[in-house]
Amino acid sequence: MEFNTGDTAWVLVASAMVLLMTPGLAFLYGGMTRAKSTLNMMMMSMATIGIVTVLWVLFGYRMAFGHDGNGFSGGFGLANIGADSTSGVAINGTTALTIPVIAFAMFQLTFAIITTALISGSIADRTKFFSWCIFAVLWVTLVYFPVSHWVFDFGDINGNGAGWLAKRGLQDFAGGTVVEINSGVAGLAMAIVLGRRVGWRKDPMRPHNVPLVLIGAGLLWFGWFGFNAGSALGANHLAALAFMNTQIGGAAALIGWLIIEKLRDGRPTSLGAASGAVAGLVALTPSCAYVTPAAAVVIGLLAGVFCSLAIGLKYRFNYDDSLDVVGLHMVGGIIGTLAIGLFGANSVNPAGVDGLFNGGGFGLLKIQALGVVSVWVYSFVVTLAIGYAIHKTIGLRISRDEEIEGVDLSEHAETAYEFDGRGGGGGGVGSVFTGSHKEEGNY
Amino acid sequence: MKLITAIVKPFKLEAVKEALLALGIEGMTVSEASGYGRQRGHTEVYRGAEYTIDLVPKVRLEVLVDDTNVDPVLDAIVAAAHTGKIGDGKVWVIPVDSVTRVRTGEKGSDAI
Repeated sequence: MEFNTGDTAWVLVASAMVLLMTPGLAFLYGGMTRAKSTLNMMMMSMATIGIVTVLWVLFGYRMAFGHDGNGFSGGFGLANIGADSTSGVAINGTTALTIPVIAFAMFQLTFAIITTALISGSIADRTKFFSWCIFAVLWVTLVYFPVSHWVFDFGDINGNGAGWLAKRGLQDFAGGTVVEINSGVAGLAMAIVLGRRVGWRKDPMRPHNVPLVLIGAGLLWFGWFGFNAGSALGANHLAALAFMNTQIGGAAALIGWLIIEKLRDGRPTSLGAASGAVAGLVALTPSCAYVTPAAAVVIGLLAGVFCSLAIGLKYRFNYDDSLDVVGLHMVGGIIGTLAIGLFGANSVNPAGVDGLFNGGGFGLLKIQALGVVSVWVYSFVVTLAIGYAIHKTIGLRISRDEEIEGVDLSEHAETAYEFDGRGGGGGGVGSVFTGSHKEEGNY
Repeated sequence: MKLITAIVKPFKLEAVKEALLALGIEGMTVSEASGYGRQRGHTEVYRGAEYTIDLVPKVRLEVLVDDTNVDPVLDAIVAAAHTGKIGDGKVWVIPVDSVTRVRTGEKGSDAI
């Protein structure tokens, strides 16, 4: 069959942009931790790229998008990505994909990677690295692949094999439920399983490198254009609408967050600007191609205001979601997904449905709420089960002494910076090369 | 011989160096330090969470001087590092038994 070269080129570029978001996330998260645990924080993201890619190629793509399954999951068995790379599939049960399936598979792979990596923000400073890797394998298999099938798989050209939420008409353009709520809730569950860090609310745990956070936020923002506009799976009007609304969401939420900080804390902060931008980008992830740009301003502002208020809740409920995965991704994802039920506009997207404010009644809002609740419950329950299973067998948490000394040292035998021996790093004054190399047999 | 140790605000280092150069003081050792005195640090806010940062960055200067130079050097450091605001730092003087220059083996005043 003939493919559209423009569509294919855009989706390939968008895939690279979305992949860049994961190192960007590593910077965002890595800058927010203390100096003694920044490498481990970044490694949790980097390792996810490796793990999820291999699983995707082996069986993940088929679990998510194989049409030989049911509404709950795609098919099981070898994915055989590439075997059918010339055949077309449907994007919504009626429209044939204009890009090679293998481009679609690459694009969706980058989503599976970053969703898994996002969870690591709630378990900073205290997680065994090997256990994280096992968690990533189990979580992406048992939670991400099925949930992405529920929402993103519209079945073949006749709608066969579609996910159950997709069939019900859930509007989630780029993953407000699949990516944002899913990872945010999983983060909450893992923070509960792991418990609070040593010294939480007593020791200073301020971000050790805010400029690194801003670099990460910038890379995420850039990559998010691929994430949202790429989800149009073509270089077309929808991609342009999603692109514009993505920008608006990040910008409006940045302002919303800073206003709250100015009113509440007296001063707007650079970390707040980065956090606000991310909150808005999260909220526009599901809604970017279903609402008008004017509505995107409102959704962005709502996300900036409510996410900045929501991150304080962890102190009230006493769970250590270290880098606010819940407050940003779960809350922002819920705002964005429900907002479609309010602001949805058929006028900007023929595949969209009018929401409450556009005379569409409560119908869409109910479906959106169903999507939010079902993904929330499934992700929470299964993540808790995975977390406790690992906790009870190989253990999830490093020892108290290792945590105080720094997870970088205990899990990776590395330190990020030379501090002359102060503050959690060796390698400075007093470090000695022992003259042995592993490859010389000195194991 | 005396060792003068001064803890000053980091941005005052240049002014202190210039003042000592003007007095003909030819060497000093500078290190980054952190600590607190009566000012007790400051407050930072990250995502709404307030942290009291009680160890404030300072610079520690160490200068070896002849007994006759103690007062002028001390006064020069205090004058150059002074802002009048809390957290300006401290200067103290302790006696030194012996000094040797590593390169030449010179001892005492010659080594300063």
